Amino acid sequence: MATVDIDLPHVKDEDPHHHGPAKGIGRWLFTTNHKDIGSMYLIFSLCMFMIGGLMALIIRAELFQPGLQLVEPNFFNQMTTMHGLIMVFGAVMPAFVGLANWMIPLQIGAPDMALPRMNNWSFWILPFAFLILLSSLFMPGGAPNFGWTFYAPLSTTYAPDSVTFFIFGVHIMGASSIMGAINIIATILNMRAPGMTLMKMPLFVWTWLITAFLLIAVMPVLAGVVTMMLMDIHFGTSFFNAAGGGDPVLFQHIFWFFGHPEVYIMILPAFGIISEIIPTFARKRLFGYSSMVYAVASIALLSFVVWAHHMFTVGMPLVGEVFFMFATMLIAVPTGVKVFNWIATMFRGSMTFETPMLFALAFVVLFTIGGFSGLMLAIAPADFQYHDTYFVVAHFHYVLVPGAIFSIMAATYYWLPKWTGHALNETMGKLHFWLSFVGVNITFFPMHFVGLAGMPRRIPDYALQFADFNSMASVGAFIFGFSQLVFIYNIVQNVRSGEKATAGVWEGSHGLEWTVPSPAPYHTFSTPPKVD
Amino acid sequence: MRDAQDKNRPVVVRLLIASVLMFGFGFALVPLYEVFCEITGLNGKNFQEGPAAITEVDRTRTVKVQFVSTNAANMPWEFRPNERSIRVFPGEDKVTAYYASNPTSQWMVAQAVPSVTPSEAAPYLHKVNCFCFERQPLDAGAETQMPLVFVIDPQLPAHISTITLSYALYDITTNETVTLTQDNKDKGRASL
Repeated sequence: MATVDIDLPHVKDEDPHHHGPAKGIGRWLFTTNHKDIGSMYLIFSLCMFMIGGLMALIIRAELFQPGLQLVEPNFFNQMTTMHGLIMVFGAVMPAFVGLANWMIPLQIGAPDMALPRMNNWSFWILPFAFLILLSSLFMPGGAPNFGWTFYAPLSTTYAPDSVTFFIFGVHIMGASSIMGAINIIATILNMRAPGMTLMKMPLFVWTWLITAFLLIAVMPVLAGVVTMMLMDIHFGTSFFNAAGGGDPVLFQHIFWFFGHPEVYIMILPAFGIISEIIPTFARKRLFGYSSMVYAVASIALLSFVVWAHHMFTVGMPLVGEVFFMFATMLIAVPTGVKVFNWIATMFRGSMTFETPMLFALAFVVLFTIGGFSGLMLAIAPADFQYHDTYFVVAHFHYVLVPGAIFSIMAATYYWLPKWTGHALNETMGKLHFWLSFVGVNITFFPMHFVGLAGMPRRIPDYALQFADFNSMASVGAFIFGFSQLVFIYNIVQNVRSGEKATAGVWEGSHGLEWTVPSPAPYHTFSTPPKVD
Repeated sequence: MRDAQDKNRPVVVRLLIASVLMFGFGFALVPLYEVFCEITGLNGKNFQEGPAAITEVDRTRTVKVQFVSTNAANMPWEFRPNERSIRVFPGEDKVTAYYASNPTSQWMVAQAVPSVTPSEAAPYLHKVNCFCFERQPLDAGAETQMPLVFVIDPQLPAHISTITLSYALYDITTNETVTLTQDNKDKGRASL
């Protein structure tokens, strides 16, 4: 097991002004330290997760019974829109960037990120982006109500006035993501410790490198499409306005050219996290390391040629439907390779089931369910029935909640002792896991059934036949939602107290981040470690 | 540290250039989409305009052409085809018209946007003359007949027996007023 003494050499050659964090609020406002910035990203994302979750509970409370009980339809639409935007751009993406900030320098043996000042900037513009977005809830006419996919002309001709605030919010969060991605690529390419070749990098680093390239490729396209909306709304252009020679379907093409790689931006780092956790608790090396790298790379490449499977019903020619159907199904191959490798890693391992491992195992099972419903949706002729029903909602929540979000929770529990220096309270961790696991499935599984029976998404009221499954989903949502208070309790309690954690933390841990003491000192790897 | 900064600069510059290029690519998708639709016949918009070079009339079969009209949101005009559907021989020049009236108390300008279904038939539909080529102004309470002259190419695949020609009518008065006042201003300046 790793020992603490590996960090000792850095102590003597540290500069005299490297004495630890500054005091007061200035530490957080002006910090360029990757660990501080990582923590801020994670805390920000947790806040957004709770706000977005609250909106989800408003949605589920309204849908508990048929009929209109609690909110007006227009406010309901604002809730579905804001819930989606906040969870995608405010909760999942910043959480992964936070984990990247904390862990990538530690995993590749770098003293910090390559561009620390830009790192500070890319975090601090984010709260303002969401302040702008959330402030639209209190404006006359209300917040954006056109769905998180903001299809034109719903988001242009028929949008509430607050759409302009939404557009600027998206611009700012896009700039933040692009800066974060540039920083991560520069760090991974230039700051690796001697001997850390590309094919020796931990998979979390690999998946983030590929994700960062996806961000560079598609976030500017998102910025472009909202700029076109801005011009249509305020400057009399007609990109998406048929009266002026534009085309609303064009909006969907540009949006999904961004949107499909975007969904992989939200899942590739999760693949990396799971590939770190399973070997630790199976006490075996990851099965098929290089095939994992190639699988992630091919998923990323394929993500650029499948976008139109989101729009099978717009009236595409048959050739287009067939092409996008098969291209989409092709993605199941590298994804299958990954799932196979995770299972093969566990095969005959001496497994233990600590909290991070439980979340990782739930990820493998439930993400695969989400993947299979994705395959069903990829079948173009069948998609005409599933399109815009709750089946779609069930599908993407299965890949995003027990997929992306479970992986973030797994990562939090896995690395928390390294961040705080306190061992995990396993009892409370397991309580959180089981409540979340049961809650998630009660919430989202019935949505498959109502979707197949024809319940449309984004509606505040529904036909009586869907009542039972909807009330079931609402009960599950409240279980899942409130069990996140246990998550917050666990984090706060672990920061404040707990048994002293060792440097290695977990018995089967592997990699550079476990060679520094727990909690990780403010400055690590000032002298690069040697990797062989 | 200096060394690291020297190494970072080219990476950052390249990635920034890539971001700017991808921003541009988003906009480049607009003309690309037009070209793509034109080549593949998507959207039913790639019909032929202007005089057709078709002389031969195929009297062995007829094609049913249906006419559809749609008012875009907030368009108060009455707008409908004179004939719901007609049968034509491929290669034969056909004249029909749409009726439009402006029931409001204001002068308005409209623009009709056409679409052909099935889109496979679009390249075989020649519009010799169409009201959709031009803007249609109408005084308050006025009405008009808007002519349409078309020919169907005898090359039309045999399995297509019905073509639907749909027009959506849009109110473009506001855009028009803006340009007109602009024109007036310019004229005023010229006369000064």
